[in-house]
Amino acid sequence: MDAKTHDSGSAVDSDAARPVLEGPDIARVLTRIAHEIVERAKGADDVVLLGIPTRGVFLAQRLAAKLEEITGRKVPVGSLDITMYRDDLRLQPPRALARTEIPGDGIDGRLVILLDDVLFSGRTIRAALDALNDIGRPRAVQLAVLVDRGHRELPIRADYVGKNLPTSLRETVKVQLAEEDGRDAVLLGAKQTSPAGRQ
Amino acid sequence: MKRHLISAADLTRDDAVRILDTAEEMARVADRPIKKLPTLRGRTVVNLFFEDSTRTRISFEAAEKRLSADVINFSAKGSSVSKGESLKDTAQTLEAMGVDAVVIRHGASGAPYRLATSGWIDATVINAGDGTHQHPTQALLDAFTMRRRLIGRDAGLGQDLSGKRITIVGDVLHSRVARSNVDLLHTLGAEVTLVAPPTLVPVGVDHWPCEVAYDLDSVLPKSDAVMMLRVQRERMNAAFFPTEREYSRRYGLDGDRMAKMPEHAIVMHPGPMVRGMEITAEVADSERCTVVEQVANGVSIRMAVLYLLLGGNEPAVTHTRTEEK
Amino acid sequence: MSKILIRGAKVLGGEPQDVLIDAETIAEVGAGLSADGAEVVEADGKVLLPGLVDLHTHLREPGREDSETVLTGTRAAASGGYTAVFAMANTFPVADTAGVVEQVYRLGQEHGYCDVQPIGAVTVGLEGKKLAELGAMHESAAGVTVFSDDGKCVHDAVIMRRALEYVKAFGGVVAQHAQEPRLTEGAEMNEGVVSAELGLGGWPAVAEESIIARDVLLADHVGSRVHICHLSTAGSVEIVRWAKSRGIDVTAEVTPHHLLLTDELVRTYNPVYKVNPPLRTERDVMALREALADGTIDIVATDHAPHPHEDKDCEWAAAAMGMVGLETALSVVQHTMVETGLLDWAGVAERMSFKPARIGRADGHGRPISAGEPANLTLVDTAYRGAVDPAGFASRSRNTPYEGRELPGRVTHTWLRGRATLVDGKLA
Repeated sequence: MDAKTHDSGSAVDSDAARPVLEGPDIARVLTRIAHEIVERAKGADDVVLLGIPTRGVFLAQRLAAKLEEITGRKVPVGSLDITMYRDDLRLQPPRALARTEIPGDGIDGRLVILLDDVLFSGRTIRAALDALNDIGRPRAVQLAVLVDRGHRELPIRADYVGKNLPTSLRETVKVQLAEEDGRDAVLLGAKQTSPAGRQ
Repeated sequence: MKRHLISAADLTRDDAVRILDTAEEMARVADRPIKKLPTLRGRTVVNLFFEDSTRTRISFEAAEKRLSADVINFSAKGSSVSKGESLKDTAQTLEAMGVDAVVIRHGASGAPYRLATSGWIDATVINAGDGTHQHPTQALLDAFTMRRRLIGRDAGLGQDLSGKRITIVGDVLHSRVARSNVDLLHTLGAEVTLVAPPTLVPVGVDHWPCEVAYDLDSVLPKSDAVMMLRVQRERMNAAFFPTEREYSRRYGLDGDRMAKMPEHAIVMHPGPMVRGMEITAEVADSERCTVVEQVANGVSIRMAVLYLLLGGNEPAVTHTRTEEK
Repeated sequence: MSKILIRGAKVLGGEPQDVLIDAETIAEVGAGLSADGAEVVEADGKVLLPGLVDLHTHLREPGREDSETVLTGTRAAASGGYTAVFAMANTFPVADTAGVVEQVYRLGQEHGYCDVQPIGAVTVGLEGKKLAELGAMHESAAGVTVFSDDGKCVHDAVIMRRALEYVKAFGGVVAQHAQEPRLTEGAEMNEGVVSAELGLGGWPAVAEESIIARDVLLADHVGSRVHICHLSTAGSVEIVRWAKSRGIDVTAEVTPHHLLLTDELVRTYNPVYKVNPPLRTERDVMALREALADGTIDIVATDHAPHPHEDKDCEWAAAAMGMVGLETALSVVQHTMVETGLLDWAGVAERMSFKPARIGRADGHGRPISAGEPANLTLVDTAYRGAVDPAGFASRSRNTPYEGRELPGRVTHTWLRGRATLVDGKLA
């Protein structure tokens, strides 16, 4: 299974789901990640933020704003659609493509930080690395996620994690962001095994 | 099975918009250093061309290769087809090689439909032009070009062509491009007017979802796009029109005529152009003429179609009419 | 046993009666006939018709024995209730000499399933240029009276005029395949709404109608009779109706498929629907039915046109034109004419037996069902309903447009001069 099918899946019943992060929490962890980036990237002057659609893009934009506050410099931000690089294309009908938007100066020789909302199996990030490979040659690639829920299926880890959230495979994690969902929250819910189980 | 693209008439409005939107993303791949996506890795596509058409074939081939499909080109010339092998035998031979999709260009109207519905093969069939019937990817790339030029690349996303007035000029009778465009443009909400000498309009056109006019000059000021169709000189010998000169005078697009079009209006041509016949060099080389753009857009559209038909475990495009009753 | 008693048959659809056959002849028709010494066939309310006569059959022999032979074609005819068929001349070699027509005639006699009356070509090689030896063919053992270039139109007005005049000498008739050749260059289907959409070459109705108009005027002018093959358009009906009202000696035929099928079927691009003349529109179909009912169109003729599988299992443009029809004709007529109330069974007998025999001068066929007449008879189970299964055809070819279609009626018995050629639906 893949993280993307879970973080944005509509199978979560938000009434039954339990919020594990609320709006202020999300703002706080992004601020923390911004500081970590500045610290580890030594001023972050060659950082390019690439969000993985849909919610990773909003996270990248928010993070860029925070980095600008801290460093006083604009940080290039873009989006990286990984649909065409997925390893599970054959398992379902073709999905709609999202936008890949690489900032004007490109990614060659830069530190690319990928942004995603939930890190789960790692397959999305694998696809993102492949996609990145076709676009240019960064100096280094790092990964920032809002939530790491575990259950990795590939040797991939995040460099910046908003919250480590140990979950069971029977649970779902859904990230909501104001830009898309009208509010900020990370919800932990139970997986719907069959619609018949619902009232 | 909903997994072929035979006719533009088979596409719903949402299907068509989805293809155009997907093509818009595909077009961006062309701007990258590596113009290739791994999406169709391991899929085999055969370009089965019973008619010469270098343009269409290389456009499909470019699209297939950009999506990493394995490509087999099969040209009827010099093959066993010219020795009398039938379409059925050829198709079955190809399928035995494990082909996932057949892109077919055939001189006989309906050949792709037969291939898709006769039970000869299981592969997905994509019509790359059949006789005087249909050429759906051409219509899609034309609609894509119109949407980009008349609405805008980003502004056009999710949009159809509602209210746009499209004029198609020339040999409608023998044109699969005209048929496909009438169907698709109608589906996308555009208002289509066909302009041609009455000899080059089919009997039965009154049932098409479009208007027919014989006077080009009266239609031009009300056109957002004017699509010129190629007129073969041979038609003259079959008395479809008296002389080339008279045809050009009445139905050709020159600078003076182009000046009658609204400022924003574009000139389109599926190519290859017969300069001096249906279009003057002045028009063909003008900024308003989209011929070269159409070629580039053709690759993006074909990538989109290939992705949507072959990229998943089932096609994303819902045909309504190709299914056997 | 030379006597057969058909018990309780609705003769021409009337009240049940018994019909006694003695040797080659109908001995008696009446109620409660004695079965003494006779084999009894319980008709049980089935309809008894005179043996059907097809004025338009392609038996393909000589030359295309891969699609049909005189043997398989006449077996198909017997299965369909026919006792006489007229075999078209477009064979290889063309039936344009006494030699070829005699060969076909003899093959029919030898096999014995159905009388085969060859049709002679009007012009040498069907080329429309030079008259064939019409007189010699008439005087041959085959006794040809019907001449046709069917498949091709005798398009040259002078040749047509001469042919019409020439056959008067021996009571012959020219059966015209009405198709103006220039108007039908590249034609693949009826020209209209559907052809415009499908991008298939249009076959305009006027290509048929203009030839019919010309030929009825020619027949009038030279005082000849003319027969129009497979009339397919409403306009053709109007012209024939006008000609008959003027007293012009014209007869016309319609095929079963033109009474039922329309060009909408071509949307499938399935060449089983490719036929010459092409399937027309609903309006034409209705006009043809009405014309057959009111006598404007005289007869039903099958235009049975067998083709091997590979000639139909291909793209439309590459496919051969034609449909088999002998084994489904009566069912289609029952469906389109009888069950719609347009014709009764006597009317069917007139159009599928009496009249075609008269037009073709087929002696001994198309006779009334009464004592002393040749025992050419067909027994039809009109209550039967079933889907058409080409696998059961006696014809060598399977190119039927009705596969899987439910049609009424089934011929159970056919007698040719008192000898059963079909018994309980099985060839004897």
